Amino acid sequence: MIRVSVQRDPIDVVAALAGVEADGAGAVASFTGLVRADDGVGILELEHYPGMTEAVLTTLAEGAASRWDLLDVTIVHRVGPMEPGERVVFVATSARHRAAALEACASLIDRLKTEAPFWKREVTADGARWVEARCGDEDAAARWR
Amino acid sequence: MALEMLYFAWVRERLGRGSERVDPPADVVTVAALLDWLSSDSTAHAAAFADRDRLRAAVDQAFVPLDAPVVGAREVAIFPPVTGG
Repeated sequence: MIRVSVQRDPIDVVAALAGVEADGAGAVASFTGLVRADDGVGILELEHYPGMTEAVLTTLAEGAASRWDLLDVTIVHRVGPMEPGERVVFVATSARHRAAALEACASLIDRLKTEAPFWKREVTADGARWVEARCGDEDAAARWR
Repeated sequence: MALEMLYFAWVRERLGRGSERVDPPADVVTVAALLDWLSSDSTAHAAAFADRDRLRAAVDQAFVPLDAPVVGAREVAIFPPVTGG
């Protein structure tokens, strides 16, 4: 089953994992991205393109499910303001065996970072700035295409 | 050929708006030409669209290069490179 959520509410990892484990898979892999507490960031704000974001995430999930023969894919991405330590993104995959679940999970987070229309803005004591895209992220995504 | 423009992140901030309805002339056939046309009589648009290397686009919610056609499009979005995850 494919589950995609773009939400302002905090990400409930326990509930999300329970959903992925429910289909009788032999292996579940997950990735959780947190707001880093570095560089004096007090608030991280996530903006997105409503409609397109959900469509892109669903397409990525369906592609991974087909390529790695997954039983479940869950992608939850938070938007709005967040504080350091809070969860920004959660990806989980389930398969019969671990290799497929682990590879698919890695591919999904790599591709999500360069292909889903989200934008990060960091608020520090000195003001706010939009986060620049990183070349390394594009390289990481390219190896899965 | 009226269409909806959508702006995100610093493009939205620089323009002071997240969307606008526009009706470009028939000879505006690509995203780049649309940006040129919007910049031609608005200094705010000209400033926001000045550095094309830092802009990305989507036509009807699909990523496209700036030389992609906009003929028949309902929605064109302009934004910086994405930074999610």
